[in-house]
Amino acid sequence: MTRELDVKIKRGGDDGGYENFRVPQRENQTVLDVVTWIQREADPTLTYRFACRVGVCGSCAMTVNGRPRWTCRTHVSKVAGDGRLVIEPLENMPVIKDLATDMTGFFEKWQAARGRFEAAISRDDPLVPILPDSPERRAADAAIECINCAVCYSACDVVSWDQDYLGPAALNRAWAALNDVRDGDRAGLLRAVSGDAGCGNCHSHQSCAEHCPVEINPTRSIAGLKRASLVALLKGER
Amino acid sequence: MIRPSRNHPGFWAFLLHRLSGLALVLFLPAHFLVLGSAINASAFDAAIAWTDRPLVKFGEWGIVVLLALHMTGGIRLLALEFLPWSEGQKARIAIGIGAALLFGAALALGLV
Ligand code: SF4
Ligand code: SF4
Ligand code: FES
Repeated sequence: MTRELDVKIKRGGDDGGYENFRVPQRENQTVLDVVTWIQREADPTLTYRFACRVGVCGSCAMTVNGRPRWTCRTHVSKVAGDGRLVIEPLENMPVIKDLATDMTGFFEKWQAARGRFEAAISRDDPLVPILPDSPERRAADAAIECINCAVCYSACDVVSWDQDYLGPAALNRAWAALNDVRDGDRAGLLRAVSGDAGCGNCHSHQSCAEHCPVEINPTRSIAGLKRASLVALLKGER
Repeated sequence: MIRPSRNHPGFWAFLLHRLSGLALVLFLPAHFLVLGSAINASAFDAAIAWTDRPLVKFGEWGIVVLLALHMTGGIRLLALEFLPWSEGQKARIAIGIGAALLFGAALALGLV
């Protein structure tokens, strides 16, 4: 007889409840495999989100046994040694249905943190050389591989206390942009991240860095923004 | 019970810093009240006599420990946010300073 997992899934929205499922355990099974099995074999009305299944798109994050995780790269054997799984939607975002959250606010904050590149020159100008081992390039490198999964945003207590706080992912992106020597609006960027909802709110809990699946350290990025923002303030540049 | 997503050193450090800070906020007004009573010598002597009790002595030791914890937490934050980042190193520094401060505090109070 195959072993079965004891899976508890949060259904509905904020006023919804939990539903139990028995799911056959397999080798090399991911949490996303479990959710997919339930939707295909037990209850086709179960709503969740995924796309790439290989840790690239950032759409499959959920709360698994109390921690935010990318479910397509999370092996059941790693997180549920006792065969029990509790799967809930991410925190700090409204639930659309079951395990799917509305990430609109999360992405709006990327815009608010001036995450968009502002070109200083046009395509007709010569390319700006960027040395791979320059300090700016290294700082940007450390922040750039974000997959927009909102795991850090879900883990951040300051976001849950203050819904306006831009949050770790957007500020991490702003830090990468600040270290892009081709970016033409440094002052605007620093203004965008230094406001009431900006980097000064971060308590350096490091929950974001603790849970980021691609090992980005938003706390370090935000500390960089805090320093840059302070220096700009002292120089009267913002 | 602490939520699993919060169970890591960074959050524990934050919690210690916040709780020691709040406790000190509660203590400070009482501290100033007693200092203020120094204008009236007999009231001050009475307050000082009161602080000679063992339980109060123990309380004072606790306050110094809280202060040490809060200061270490502050140093840790300043290091984290203003020095170049290096993984793990700052936690160890904070633990080192914290241990030293605690020892110093205990020594100052004649407990060792
Ligand atoms: S370090 Fe800052 S951004 Fe990261 S979880 Fe803590 S408060 Fe949020
Ligand atoms: S910083 Fe990490 S946890 Fe946050 S959105 Fe990017 S990849 Fe996800
Ligand atoms: S499905 Fe794309 S990251 Fe998990």
